[in-house]
Amino acid sequence: MDLADLKSGRLAPADYDRNFGDAHPPLNRTQALIEAERCYYCYDAPCQTACPTGIDIPSFIQRIGQDNVRGAAEAILTANPLGGMCARVCPTEVLCEQACVRNTNESKPVEIGMLQRFAVEGHMANPGAPLFTRAPATGKRVAVVGAGPAGLAAAHGLARRGHDVTLIDANTKLGGLNEYGLATYKVAGGFAQREIDWLLSIGGITPRLNCRIGRDVTLDGLLSQYDAVFLGLGLAGVNALGIAEPQVPGLRDAVEFIAELRQSTPAVVTVGRRVVVIGGGMTAVDAAVQSRLLGAEQVTMVYRRGPEGLSASEYEQHWAQTNGVTIRCWARPLAVEAEGGVLQGMRFATTTLEGGKLVDTGEQFTIEADMVLRAIGQTYEAELGEAAGSAIALEGGRIKTDEQFRTSVPRVWAGGDCRVGGRDLTVEAVEHGKRAAESIHAALTGVAHG
Amino acid sequence: MADLSTNFLGIKSPNPFWLASAPPTDKEVNVRRAFEAGWGGVVWKTLGEDPPVVNVNGPRYATLWSQDRRVIGFNNIELISDRPLQTNLDEIRRVKRDFPDRAMIVSLMVPVNEESWKSILARVADTGADGVELNFGCPHGMSERGMGSAVGQVPEYIQQVTEWCKKHTKMPVIVKLTPNITDVRFPARAAKAGGADAVSLINTINSVMGVDLDTMIMSPSTDGQGSHGGYCGQAVKPIALNMVAEIARDAATAGLPISGIGGITTWRDAAEFIAMGCGTVQVCTAAMVYGFKIVQDMCSGLSNFMDEKGYTSLADFQGRAVPTVKNWNQLNLNHVDKAVINQDSCIQCGRCHIVCEDTSHQAIWATKDGKRHFHVNDAECVGCNLCVSICPVPGTITMRTLQPGETDARTGRVIDGSYQNWTTHSNNPMSSGCA
Repeated sequence: MDLADLKSGRLAPADYDRNFGDAHPPLNRTQALIEAERCYYCYDAPCQTACPTGIDIPSFIQRIGQDNVRGAAEAILTANPLGGMCARVCPTEVLCEQACVRNTNESKPVEIGMLQRFAVEGHMANPGAPLFTRAPATGKRVAVVGAGPAGLAAAHGLARRGHDVTLIDANTKLGGLNEYGLATYKVAGGFAQREIDWLLSIGGITPRLNCRIGRDVTLDGLLSQYDAVFLGLGLAGVNALGIAEPQVPGLRDAVEFIAELRQSTPAVVTVGRRVVVIGGGMTAVDAAVQSRLLGAEQVTMVYRRGPEGLSASEYEQHWAQTNGVTIRCWARPLAVEAEGGVLQGMRFATTTLEGGKLVDTGEQFTIEADMVLRAIGQTYEAELGEAAGSAIALEGGRIKTDEQFRTSVPRVWAGGDCRVGGRDLTVEAVEHGKRAAESIHAALTGVAHG
Repeated sequence: MADLSTNFLGIKSPNPFWLASAPPTDKEVNVRRAFEAGWGGVVWKTLGEDPPVVNVNGPRYATLWSQDRRVIGFNNIELISDRPLQTNLDEIRRVKRDFPDRAMIVSLMVPVNEESWKSILARVADTGADGVELNFGCPHGMSERGMGSAVGQVPEYIQQVTEWCKKHTKMPVIVKLTPNITDVRFPARAAKAGGADAVSLINTINSVMGVDLDTMIMSPSTDGQGSHGGYCGQAVKPIALNMVAEIARDAATAGLPISGIGGITTWRDAAEFIAMGCGTVQVCTAAMVYGFKIVQDMCSGLSNFMDEKGYTSLADFQGRAVPTVKNWNQLNLNHVDKAVINQDSCIQCGRCHIVCEDTSHQAIWATKDGKRHFHVNDAECVGCNLCVSICPVPGTITMRTLQPGETDARTGRVIDGSYQNWTTHSNNPMSSGCA
């Protein structure tokens, strides 16, 4: 029986710095000016339509070209207060850049994401006078539960409009997914917290950390203290594999692995020599690539359907492959193989589509592994809402809202991944928070929002 | 293979590309490098009387750039040669001896008196140079001293100095004209009246390149002050081409040989100047941007173009475009063009729509059946060509001429193929057909 090869510190110290530094270095001024010139300044620009937050992309790029970084940042952050993080993590290849008209003849869109990053970070490095100031105080108080992208955007939108916001989160740091759920190389340089510092600098937002709804506070309690509540709870639950999962070292959730990497030094994070990641989304890619970057020799992402079903974008798939990750499709987990409490590998059944249904072909195979990471999706923990006191109507396991993000409970709004609908993208969560803030403001002040 | 050689006023050169009188032709070392690179001729940087002028030791050049630092326009405040006259003459003699097949023209600028011109012409002739170019164009510095464009702006002075030069030399005399005037035909006519063998144009255009917004000092500046300079480079080409055309089609100067100057950067620019009547072309900024090797690319392009079109010599197309240049009142008002958008190559940027909608005739629709789709509304299109001009994809928007029998959807008039210009149009109060 082999002992599982699980350890930290597989690499030389300098390798960690290189592997977990900025995966895609930012544009310098010269590069940004040249790239900005490629923008055609389209009418009713398709990129802007494709952006869930509707950033006026032609304008911000034009402003970069005119050496007006502050104006560019203003155009971005007005539409998307988390424009800096979105510039780093948005799957632009399926959003704005996919819509870029340059694709038609060149298959090379304007690098909108990189330009957005240039503008926002250039501004944050040299902010000058605040871009946004608060409207006169309204005397209204709003509790925002969950300090991820949706909650942060909601808090900023509400604070701008003169409301006092308490930003509640169960974790020890603000940021939610931005702080705990993204690959380290996407947010190098402590960007998540720098962005939060900028966001909070508007004033009127009081963080309340280590506070879990359902445990430390209840929804009814919040409703008695606040004029409105926004729930941006995210998806706290991780799907199980649906097979027996023995308690063995090395079998863990990908989100937990990613969070550990973000909250500690990569050199101390344990990784197997051979790693299997089960799942086909962005989380699976982030976990698989980072396993390789920690020094794992063999990393295999296994997905139960065909390549076209992978929710990781083509760009992300290439990124994984470039980093030495093998992507294996058409296989579903059958059994965790362990002996004497030591993980040995994963057994899979190969699958195929028959009459539109996924069925086993009858073949099986085993991949030897020292570490198996589960990344087959996250779920809304309905008990959070239930424990909160009032029964919020759900649909498909997530909170149901109307177009203005109002839930079934009066004075309670919800947005982000915990809300039904959408693609679970950071940028969509921001849009939810932004629009919920408009709706809350309208409700609190009796002014039509717009 | 097409023959690129030229015979301009009896001065032969292996190709029509001459370096204009400017910093690149100031010294023997530069001119030798130019000839080695393949330039057909040079106009040596302007010589004046001793003692030599003194140049500033701060920036002499400033630039208009695109965002990726392509040079669009360029200006300079450099004066004429700041080296002793004899040094230049000795160098001219040596270089001409070593490159007998290249054109060696010497640019001159001395005060407006006959003795000065007579004296310098004799010394230039002694070098074996092929001809002289009278610098009546330099717009900065020298003009303050009554030379350069100060002469070129007064037709009587042009004629007078040209006459002196023709009287005192057997070398061909080319008069270089300034664009800093209201109507270039008057100085050109004066040059011809004075006996000039040819004109060359344009010299540079008065310009201030910009203002440094941190210091609030104009640019370029020396020690906190600047002075207007001469503007050149690609941006000035259309201005130069118009002035060449005006001289080429003016009855008083038609047939006067022209050496074309102004923003010539590619073989295409050169071919256009030749089609507009020029016998040679002069280049400066392109060389100052790319170095002398650029002449090889220009020759290659021009040669391939001529082969493709079946032109065996430059004479085959020289001046071919001149008859197409008319006064506006000769244009056919019965002719109707409409824009057509090729949907197969349209990339849907929508710029044609928004510029037509905002600034022209509201003739391009942005949607069709509720979808993004750009197409022309013939009932509003006046054929202005704005959409063609701003479309980023070449050949995607073109103009189609309505044929006889077709109806102009904008006016309801049936095209009959007739010609009518403003002079005979019923709306013209001065026309003969006016009631």
